[in-house]
Amino acid sequence: MENILSYEFMQNAVLTGIMASVICGFIGPFIVTKRMVFISGGLSHTAFGGLGIAYWLGVKPLYGATAFVLLAAGIIGNLEEKISDLFIGILWAVGVAVGIIFIHMTPGYTPDLMTFLFGNILMASRTDVIITLILLFLVTLPIFIFYKGFVSVALDEEYARARQLPVKALNMGLIVLVALSIVTLIQVVGIILVIALLTIPVAIAGEMSMNFKRIMLLSIVFGIVICLSGLSLSYFLELPSGASIILIGGMLLTLIKGAKKLSSHRKTTV
Amino acid sequence: MEHFIEITDVSFGYEDIPVIENVSLDIFERDFLLLIGPNGGGKTTLLKLILGIIKPWSGSIRILGDVTGRLGYVPQFASFNRNFPISALEMVLTGCISPQNFLKRYTKDDMEKAEMILEKVNLHDKRHENVKDLSGGQIQKVLIARALISEPVVLLLDEPTASIDITSKTSLLDFLNKLNEKMTIVVVTHDPTPFTLTYRHIACLNKNLYFHEKGELDAHILEYVYGCPVELLGHGIPHTILKKH
Repeated sequence: MENILSYEFMQNAVLTGIMASVICGFIGPFIVTKRMVFISGGLSHTAFGGLGIAYWLGVKPLYGATAFVLLAAGIIGNLEEKISDLFIGILWAVGVAVGIIFIHMTPGYTPDLMTFLFGNILMASRTDVIITLILLFLVTLPIFIFYKGFVSVALDEEYARARQLPVKALNMGLIVLVALSIVTLIQVVGIILVIALLTIPVAIAGEMSMNFKRIMLLSIVFGIVICLSGLSLSYFLELPSGASIILIGGMLLTLIKGAKKLSSHRKTTV
Repeated sequence: MEHFIEITDVSFGYEDIPVIENVSLDIFERDFLLLIGPNGGGKTTLLKLILGIIKPWSGSIRILGDVTGRLGYVPQFASFNRNFPISALEMVLTGCISPQNFLKRYTKDDMEKAEMILEKVNLHDKRHENVKDLSGGQIQKVLIARALISEPVVLLLDEPTASIDITSKTSLLDFLNKLNEKMTIVVVTHDPTPFTLTYRHIACLNKNLYFHEKGELDAHILEYVYGCPVELLGHGIPHTILKKH
């Protein structure tokens, strides 16, 4: 293990994976309980448009993705609830279409689409590690500061309004935090698999606790376990890293759900 | 008795469709007001207007005195997100959140108040249980406790007797009666029967509002408001109001 970790690319991958898991653990429980999974899918796919344009312009793709995701967050946060599903779906598809067109138009060697779509954490550079560290603070600090407000709008928006809380701003803030998390996660598992990393650790944690803060903590722990074991799997078996991470997560969730069912079955039969 | 909430000529609607029109209503201090009417008649909308969640198209709503943060709201039973894991105690604590303190942690005082109020509604032993695992009557009590922790001067309840059983209904009514000694109570309901002993005023709302003293409510008005014949069996008190279909 010491050997592997002496490679700089592996250090970067491990650090990015751990930080991404911490971000997931903070924001994932809000996404799951507030039913923002579809919003998250829309945001991450819109990022593809930004990636494509950035690539065409010759700047760092991550910057383009960040700009697009934040723009999409601004739009989604201002949509009326009745029509939000419709427009999130449209943003989702249009984002991908823009990305495909610009990558197609980029002269010369076309980059490996797979890297954008499925991520490659093993390609994370020192700069990426630093950017992820900044994003980690940008996501977790507001959650510490606005925790009570976010819980209020996730639990009972109408009541939060009656208490005169700035509900619209809190909802918008939460969407922006989801957007920033997605930017980080795209590097790790890619656009298509982002949703899994935001939800699987929370689903596992939810099997073990019904306390929101504990769910956050457990999500971080399981996120790290999943990321690091997926990373080792991909290194030793030479498999794509993003997909390995998600598969490990899926298997762990199935295992825990199965074990829980079995033990409760045993309890009822004895 | 003094006017406490003055609603004057208020109209409001969603998109272009008016839900309530030219509603005027005075609520007195320590009043027990029943707000009845058919579904879609605007009862919940009027509550939200009083709470300031929505602003009227026209007209005014005045609440006398400084009541900032002291309007106790008990929304409809099913309105909160059951998907969110939270204990009864934590849920009650969210009732003290205000724009002034939502960035700070809960104080020791808040915690003590929450425990005390849960004691009052006989739910202290359930305080660490997840709200969604409680019974209908218990959830209703948690919602009321959440409203009470802000020491409200008025308690606005939206369909508090829906989805709870008879025993819980009786204990809820006793509890509301006791609270009425100290605060104004406004109950929105489509089923006024359980409250016939306790209410002081009744207002029927179906886009327009009709206000009555106790005992004055007559069948013609109800028929007009509900848009169907309504039978009133009035052998003194209690009144029973039945729909004929």
